[in-house]
Amino acid sequence: MTKSKKMIYTAILGVLILALLIFLEANKTQYGMAYTILQKGIILSVVAVSMNLVTGFTGLFSLGQAGFMAIGAYVTAIFLIPVENIKDVYYISGIAPGILSFKNWLEAGPAFTQMLLPYIALIIGGVVAALFAALIGYPVLRLKSDYLAIATLGFSEIVRAIISSPQMDTITNGSYGLKKIPGFVSIVETFGIMVVCVLLMVLLLRSTYGRAFRAIREDEVAAEAMGINLAKHKQMSFIIGSFFSAVSGGMLAMFMRSIDSRTFSVSLTYDILLIVVIGGIGSVTGSVIAALLVTASKEWWLRFFDNPLAIGGVQIPFFRTGFRMVIFSIILLVVVLFYQKGIMGKNEFSWERLEKRFKKLISPKKGGAKNV
Amino acid sequence: MTLATFFQHVLTGISLGGAYALIAIGYTMVYGILRLINFAHGDIFMMAGYFMIFSMVTFPWQIAIPLVCLLTVVLGVVIERVAYKPIRTAPRMSIMISAIGVSYLIQNLATYLFTALPRAYPEIPFLKKIFQIGSISSSLVTFITPVLTILLVIGLILLINHTKVGMAMRAVSKDFETAQLMGIRINNTISTTFIIGSLLAAIGSILYFTDRSSVTPFSGTLPGLKCFIAAVLGGIGSIPGAVVGGFAIGICETFLVAMGYSTYSDAFTFVLLIIILLFRPTGLFGEKMIDKV
Amino acid sequence: MSNQVLKLSDITMQFGGVVAVDNLSLEVNQNEIVSLIGPNGAGKTTAFNVITGVYAPTNGAVYVKDSMITSNFPKGNMKKLYAGESKGNYSTTMKKTPDQITKLGVARTFQNIRLFKELTAFDNVLIAKHMRQKSNVFSATLGINYKEEQSMREETMKLLEILGLTEVKDEVASSLPYGQQRHLEIARALATNPELLLLDEPAAGMNPQETDELTAFIFDIRKKFNLTIFMIEHHMDLVMDISDRIYVLDFGKLIASGTPAEIQNNQRVIDAYLGVQEDGEE
Repeated sequence: MTKSKKMIYTAILGVLILALLIFLEANKTQYGMAYTILQKGIILSVVAVSMNLVTGFTGLFSLGQAGFMAIGAYVTAIFLIPVENIKDVYYISGIAPGILSFKNWLEAGPAFTQMLLPYIALIIGGVVAALFAALIGYPVLRLKSDYLAIATLGFSEIVRAIISSPQMDTITNGSYGLKKIPGFVSIVETFGIMVVCVLLMVLLLRSTYGRAFRAIREDEVAAEAMGINLAKHKQMSFIIGSFFSAVSGGMLAMFMRSIDSRTFSVSLTYDILLIVVIGGIGSVTGSVIAALLVTASKEWWLRFFDNPLAIGGVQIPFFRTGFRMVIFSIILLVVVLFYQKGIMGKNEFSWERLEKRFKKLISPKKGGAKNV
Repeated sequence: MTLATFFQHVLTGISLGGAYALIAIGYTMVYGILRLINFAHGDIFMMAGYFMIFSMVTFPWQIAIPLVCLLTVVLGVVIERVAYKPIRTAPRMSIMISAIGVSYLIQNLATYLFTALPRAYPEIPFLKKIFQIGSISSSLVTFITPVLTILLVIGLILLINHTKVGMAMRAVSKDFETAQLMGIRINNTISTTFIIGSLLAAIGSILYFTDRSSVTPFSGTLPGLKCFIAAVLGGIGSIPGAVVGGFAIGICETFLVAMGYSTYSDAFTFVLLIIILLFRPTGLFGEKMIDKV
Repeated sequence: MSNQVLKLSDITMQFGGVVAVDNLSLEVNQNEIVSLIGPNGAGKTTAFNVITGVYAPTNGAVYVKDSMITSNFPKGNMKKLYAGESKGNYSTTMKKTPDQITKLGVARTFQNIRLFKELTAFDNVLIAKHMRQKSNVFSATLGINYKEEQSMREETMKLLEILGLTEVKDEVASSLPYGQQRHLEIARALATNPELLLLDEPAAGMNPQETDELTAFIFDIRKKFNLTIFMIEHHMDLVMDISDRIYVLDFGKLIASGTPAEIQNNQRVIDAYLGVQEDGEE
């Protein structure tokens, strides 16, 4: 397949997606479910890819996603809640005066800063999370990966505890959470941010640094013998991954409009892990596809598991609240035990691959022959 | 803080620490043998709590306690057979993900079966009896926990150092493959490890929840993480280490709560973990390991 | 001193009570091919691991091109264990990490081949170029370093060509035949632009014909890349053909050193090592 042909295909695909999104945006009320699911899937795909960057490409088993997302979400929310709503949101203890005057100053700024504010907020959220990542990464990344898993999991819980503690009332509104967060202008905007984030991560992975990450995943001793500074590169991957997790958390805050510390419990990390595992540990496209699939099936297609179901007057057993999540955890286990590669394995989507599949489908002999 | 309240807190701390120590042993033993953080261990502990609730409905405590131990052991062994054994040779990360999957499944299953609302933990009358020593008063369970913990640990250490099974366990933890070549039945040894770990978790669960009075599907997560940290603090793989770590964390936590920092008592444990990893990654009693190149 | 590339002085490496390397001193001069031989378990690979910074020695110092890279003195538990001849000679503890040592121009291969198994042959070599490139993570992500990237790729192609791996460049490393994996590992080591190349049993598992080819090949790369080579090897034909000098280790101790002819006639070596071999398979 020639390069120009591939570019045309990609452009067509892009236009199609864009058209779909614009269509959904125009008919928001009619296709409410699809709209919400797609938006959430897009947001989760950012954090899934960021987890894959750390876990799948660098081989560091980090379970701190929920914590980094919480940081991103709270920073974004504090930035974006309009000053006029502050009183309603912080109705218990009021807001810290420093933040209030800062927000007043922001709102007094020129109009274009107002427009850019969501993006600035997302980036600052990411930077704050990256700083925390650097802080915990320094001691922990030098050790075996198991400790990283526990330490990041613990970190995530600490973040949650601190956010909901009464001492933080004037900043995070403690356990009452934040609400009245302005949302996205449209789903196209959500998609645009996701494309930028994922593209940046893909470019990173394709660069010489991405290759170094993969070398670390494959064999740490050999990578080090080839002159790759393990601590530095692990740190880099962890920090960048945390940055994008936090951006995704900020997007989630804008999507949900109201957040509290319970949103970012360990089970959120497990949900993301599920996405990464199903998509394929080490595949960016796999993560994106799985983010959409998992979100859709969890929140939409498999909803019926949670409702009592009767076929022909006979009550089907097991169908009640919570059954969906049981099915989900079984899926995760089955994938881990029997389909360790997930949907995509370590492969990425490519037009060639699709063409091969397609040809195989039409004439099985031709396509199947060359598979060495 | 008067001397009396001080001792009161010490006693509570030791009691909590005893329960932690029992759970930490499960982590440290499984890690020693499989090099696996058994993320499901905290949930096994939580399930033991539910088993107790349901056993006590029909049986008196004399029957309920052994029944709970039996059920918990079965659960632990089944988890090992189903979720860990098939992928024992897979990359470490896959096994860890499998462990997380099990933990996720148990939590969701518990939510499905018992709902997320807290359930009252049954009272075992004799454990709740209030004792008075000088100006310190506490229920019997508080006094029993540390004593029982120490006795169990002594028994376990004797088992490991003086029986054939114990020798097999030590051999497997030193070198998995060589132990296999020497004719040690790996599967039995691993199962034994899970039996012991789960049994101790069941006992720990009874002692822990008697003081707490309710169980939810998520009651296992945080104690689980803390006990793993206790195991790391003591030096992962070392049983006396796990016990010391458990007591240390239990006492620290009790004092933090007593001083009014209850929100930070959980955070403290993780800060402690990071400090240990920074200055003494092998823990207090751990051996230094050299990876062969 | 000026043409000395590698120097070990009084290196001792203890693991618990086992003394893997015992007070080893040796030097390798520029453009030499020096071999380290000895029976299995004599501590050869351990010596390599000390040189490349994988282990910190219990005692002694390592110098690369006159700069000290590793030095240690027994402390803590080790102090009790170590009571060797050069006790107390080394008073500072310092250890460069393996990547820093590679940066100084020391590259190595591994006894049991450690390629990046799931990556292509091309990527395996390209990764070794990473250390020498100058872009930072931002410019690399945004492709601002495309010129450097281009030249890295070209150099990689050239290396693969020299090692006869051009045809398999897109194959996954683990799928290559054994001989090519060994070649690929050498290519990868060369990609770090070393001055000193450490080869850990390059001929292991090769038949006599392949071993002969390897001899020519090692001479060839020494010339092309202006290398100094220090290797561990068991194939005596290869060692005797290729080496300028030989060091012989037995139970961690240096028992002899000299030219191939000297070693062949050294009674201690014959007793400890060559004699055993002659009675054996050969």
